[in-house]
Amino acid sequence: MIRRYLQSREAILSAAILVLIAVIALRFPAFITPANLANVFNDTSPLMILAIGQMIVILTKCIDLSVAANLALTGMVVSLLNIAAPDLPLAVTLLVAVSLGAVLGMFNGILVWKLNIPPIVVTLGTMTIYRGIIFLISKGKWVNAHEMSAPFKALPRHVFLGFPVLSWIALAVILIAIVVMTRTTLGRAFYAVGGNPHAAVYTGLNVGRTQFWAFTISGALAGLTGYLWVSRYAVAYVDIAGGFELDVVAACVIGGISIAGGVGTVGGAVLGALFLGVIKNALPVINISPFWQLAISGAAILIAVVLNSRANRTRGRIILKQTEPVA
Amino acid sequence: MTVMKKILTTVAVAATLMGTAAQAETTRIALVVKALGIGFFEAANKGAEEAAKELGDVEIIYTGPTDTTAEGQIEVINSLIAQGVDAIAISANDPDAVAPALQKAMDRGITVISWDSGVAKEGRMMHLNPSSSALIGNTIIKLAADHLPDGGDVAVLSATATSTNQNTWIEEMKKVMGNYPKVNLVATVYGDDLADKSYREAQGLMATYPNLKAIIAPTTVGILAASQAVTDAGKIGQINVTGLGLPSEMAGAVESGATVSFAIWNPIDLGYAATMLSYNIAKGAKAEPGASIPMGRMGEATLDENGEAAMSDPFTYDKSNIEQFKSIF
Repeated sequence: MIRRYLQSREAILSAAILVLIAVIALRFPAFITPANLANVFNDTSPLMILAIGQMIVILTKCIDLSVAANLALTGMVVSLLNIAAPDLPLAVTLLVAVSLGAVLGMFNGILVWKLNIPPIVVTLGTMTIYRGIIFLISKGKWVNAHEMSAPFKALPRHVFLGFPVLSWIALAVILIAIVVMTRTTLGRAFYAVGGNPHAAVYTGLNVGRTQFWAFTISGALAGLTGYLWVSRYAVAYVDIAGGFELDVVAACVIGGISIAGGVGTVGGAVLGALFLGVIKNALPVINISPFWQLAISGAAILIAVVLNSRANRTRGRIILKQTEPVA
Repeated sequence: MTVMKKILTTVAVAATLMGTAAQAETTRIALVVKALGIGFFEAANKGAEEAAKELGDVEIIYTGPTDTTAEGQIEVINSLIAQGVDAIAISANDPDAVAPALQKAMDRGITVISWDSGVAKEGRMMHLNPSSSALIGNTIIKLAADHLPDGGDVAVLSATATSTNQNTWIEEMKKVMGNYPKVNLVATVYGDDLADKSYREAQGLMATYPNLKAIIAPTTVGILAASQAVTDAGKIGQINVTGLGLPSEMAGAVESGATVSFAIWNPIDLGYAATMLSYNIAKGAKAEPGASIPMGRMGEATLDENGEAAMSDPFTYDKSNIEQFKSIF
């Protein structure tokens, strides 16, 4: 049992993160102070939340490239809502963010489910549409710190039991996701649909509908992150989180979620996100030329993927032993 | 001798006649903007009106298309030619598309200059830039140094490592670092004009350089993200974030104190200077390379070989004027 755990993706990735932190600490010792590590976790929270949503989509053999655009659109809508009604309770703002994100996700899901369009095409399209809508509703203008109400900006950075609320929200999302993915019918359906769609159909699962729900969950989490993002950075404009969808996919790939579908865990996605988060937070402090920084991020992702594919290679099973030629 | 005398007399008489004619009529200067209803240009119009008042015999026609298209501006220019205005000062939506229409205007004896957003060389007599790279470079370090009487460590948070504008300004800034001997530039980092990366880079700067006194961000995304990072780290008053930003975006940071002051061009001054230049060129000042043309309280504009001139240092915004400007642009 312990041996099996030690060989698992999560264990290898955890070890890789620890090694990475140790190497960084050699160059910049203050990096391993608990306060800084908590800060890294907090900074990576949006990536972790999005990676969990993306993981569910990837499990069903799909991909959601519209998450960052969804985040930006939801962020802009709640910011404009905040300007229009500064006294709106935060619970309502959060509800609007999650619901709007879910609706945007459902739109992807419907196109994939009912029109059978490949997910990469659908989400590439909606990615551009969502960014375009932000431009339309904001007329290209920024929503700035002084226009947002104080409580609106305060929530993610409010410290509760030693950690900012942003970190607590990420933890809550992780825990709920673990329960859903391992203990509910829907969670297992995501694995079944991606692992073997034909078998899933024979067990009575509707593949399209399961993919629809995966997109909806990914969208809802992107919506939630949208509010957290604009309030944390206290600014909303068309290009926020530009290119962030690639970070999210990278976090999933590093975390051992198979692009072919059906393989992956919440823990993997979270660790994959943390791996990227550690690199992103370390690069500014270890004093490396910005030109090298990009190369280093890229190399780290490639190494993680290579390790991943090697780890998966042992998974092969011999089903029909008797047909093997006898030596 | 007599011939010479005769010519001189004729010229003098003609000049007197023309002079009286001009005196009787007001000079009509059209301020053509990218689109109506933009705060920045409304402010420029305010400056133009100020210049008109100062000059006395000037009427400002503030006009432009309803959306930022070159076609719309060409229509506006043609109607201005038909009205026979004396000068057109334009901030162009497209440097080349409006040039033929403006050439037509110049052929009819109308003075044409561009300001803010330039027109191709053949389509105008001169172009007024709000500032120059050298002036911007000097301003951003001065903004930091002014609040560091005892000197200290400063760092630059730029856009991308390859962005031409920012790199030129930082180069110009380094050239004048010698004037601020106690100010020590410890690092230049790049936030790629992404809010999250800029925020992280600012956090990195604070962690790496505990004695950091100022962050200079010559980019609007960077200065905002750095202000937020300093605010969240509880280092307001300890680290001053400065650089280039827009008043509407920076109002919150100035209010919180994370940013004491920052700079960007002043649209009022720009409209004022453009009007002064149009007036002086219409009244006979030669717009040729090397020429210096007065622009009232803004000093003189000196034209380079491309017929371009820089107005002034970027204008400094702080607690005293942010309220006035934050609704403008």
